[in-house]
Amino acid sequence: MKKTWEIRIAGFGGQGVILAGMVIGRAATIYDVQYVTLTQSFGPEARGSAASVQLIVSPEPVLYPYLTRLDLLVAMSQEAYTRFVRDLEPNGMLLFEEDLVRLDDSRPGLKAYGIPATRLAEALGRKLVLNMVMVGFMVGLTNVVSSQAARQSIGVSVPAGTEVLNTAAFDKGLEYALAVTGGAPILAAEGVVPPA
Amino acid sequence: MSPPRPSAVLSGAHFMDGNHAACEGAIAAGANFAAGYPITPSTEIVERFAARAPLVGATFLQMEDELASSIAILGAAWGGAKAFTVTSGPGFSLMMEHIGFAAMTETPSVFVNVQRGGPSTGLPTLPAQADMMQARWGSHGDYEIIALCPNSPQECFNLMIDAFNFSEQYRNPVLLMMDESVGHMTEKVVIPPADQINIFPRRHTSKAPSEYLPFKPASDDVPEMARVGEGYRFHVTGLTHDEHGYPSMEWQTQQALVGRLVGKIRAHADDLTRTEEKQLEDAEIVLVAYGISSRVALWALQEAREEGLRVGLLRPIVVWPFPEKRIRELAQRVNAFVVVELNYGQMVREVERAAAGRARTILVPHAGGAVHPPESIVKVLREVGSWA
Repeated sequence: MKKTWEIRIAGFGGQGVILAGMVIGRAATIYDVQYVTLTQSFGPEARGSAASVQLIVSPEPVLYPYLTRLDLLVAMSQEAYTRFVRDLEPNGMLLFEEDLVRLDDSRPGLKAYGIPATRLAEALGRKLVLNMVMVGFMVGLTNVVSSQAARQSIGVSVPAGTEVLNTAAFDKGLEYALAVTGGAPILAAEGVVPPA
Repeated sequence: MSPPRPSAVLSGAHFMDGNHAACEGAIAAGANFAAGYPITPSTEIVERFAARAPLVGATFLQMEDELASSIAILGAAWGGAKAFTVTSGPGFSLMMEHIGFAAMTETPSVFVNVQRGGPSTGLPTLPAQADMMQARWGSHGDYEIIALCPNSPQECFNLMIDAFNFSEQYRNPVLLMMDESVGHMTEKVVIPPADQINIFPRRHTSKAPSEYLPFKPASDDVPEMARVGEGYRFHVTGLTHDEHGYPSMEWQTQQALVGRLVGKIRAHADDLTRTEEKQLEDAEIVLVAYGISSRVALWALQEAREEGLRVGLLRPIVVWPFPEKRIRELAQRVNAFVVVELNYGQMVREVERAAAGRARTILVPHAGGAVHPPESIVKVLREVGSWA
């Protein structure tokens, strides 16, 4: 049985944080037939260079639209990590851009997985697609959405003409995740069954 | 008035926020004119409409302020368009005069208010539901209003179509009372094929120009409109007017006109009433909530049920006319109404009035800027449950 995921993806403006959230949300609700509510941070909290998107992905209709806990934090900047890491549940999971985020010892024992998403994106020819590298990493590690749904979602979410590049970036992140886990989604051991 | 072109309707499953969904609802309803003055958190509706307008044969005018926006749509409606405007906060206050003008001149029109925290400039980016009584009573004089409250992006789409249909059916301004939460949350929105969307057509007269009286009601108290440019002469004024549309300062004319304006809605209150009900069968306590608060209240309902409290939920979808008959019926058999709204007590007054002392009415207020923590509602439910 699938569980409800409460997710925050955060970084700075220009990293494609919101688009990453839209890709995951659309994949989950249009292609994986789950319920999703996505909110973005508006107002003073979103000013400056910070960007944050929140997702609740659930097999049941989402009633309360905002995060009540944090199961998964995707931190793409030091500020995002510092600001939100303390919100993670004890068994929560942190994914981070390892060239941009330095972990401190504030949360010992945290399940944390880093990826050089920006460098991997640069190797593909465009730094801009680091968000899809991150999405691939997230899908490979968690199965919040199926990789098939994520690919379909990328196809309709990214600017026309960039589908191939963005999908390649997704695959790069997915591949990196599978190398980390040896092929199995890490949270499968805790009751999250990969979608059939 | 023809239904929207099928190509204008984005049929299919989408992942979009409530503001964008409201815009698509307007387009699906056949709206071909909008005027607006941008204001957070409503701007995305007309921003999208402006982008879509050239593709669907519509016009968007960015006006100099809310007074101009709200009167431009009324002019457009008399010119034959299906028109709406969008605002929030102080902008809604500025539109009040023209909401009254729309009621007095029986101009089909839709006003969207994406509610934010107030008073005054308040909290531009954050939710509230504090304009509910202003929606009902904000303009001067006696009139009736129709207002709808969506609680999801899907409903922003659906109710926008209903808003247009009611405005045509009753020739009345209709308000879509959203809130920032619903406007800015992104969820799945399914847009049906164009041929499955019901459109109430404009009530165009089939009388000859020589026999047409612009404000003579048809059988159901609603007069017919003339097509411009087809030889009909008519006069439209906010002054008290007779069936010709000419000003008349006689009390008898006032009584006939205002009596009809009020009566055409009141007589159809049952037709207009629409609610969603959850677990009312055995309920002792009834949560009353609308818009985003209804979802938070439903969460609280589930928690309270797990604790053995017999709680139900009544969600007005059409908030004006208020579903007072349903409240009256429930008041005969339940112990209490618990009203959850993002204000310091507005619709609770209607609940209390309709309950008329037969059941207790308790408000769970919130000043806005966030939604209720579900636990704050559960706490009240526990306390009310302990009174029995």
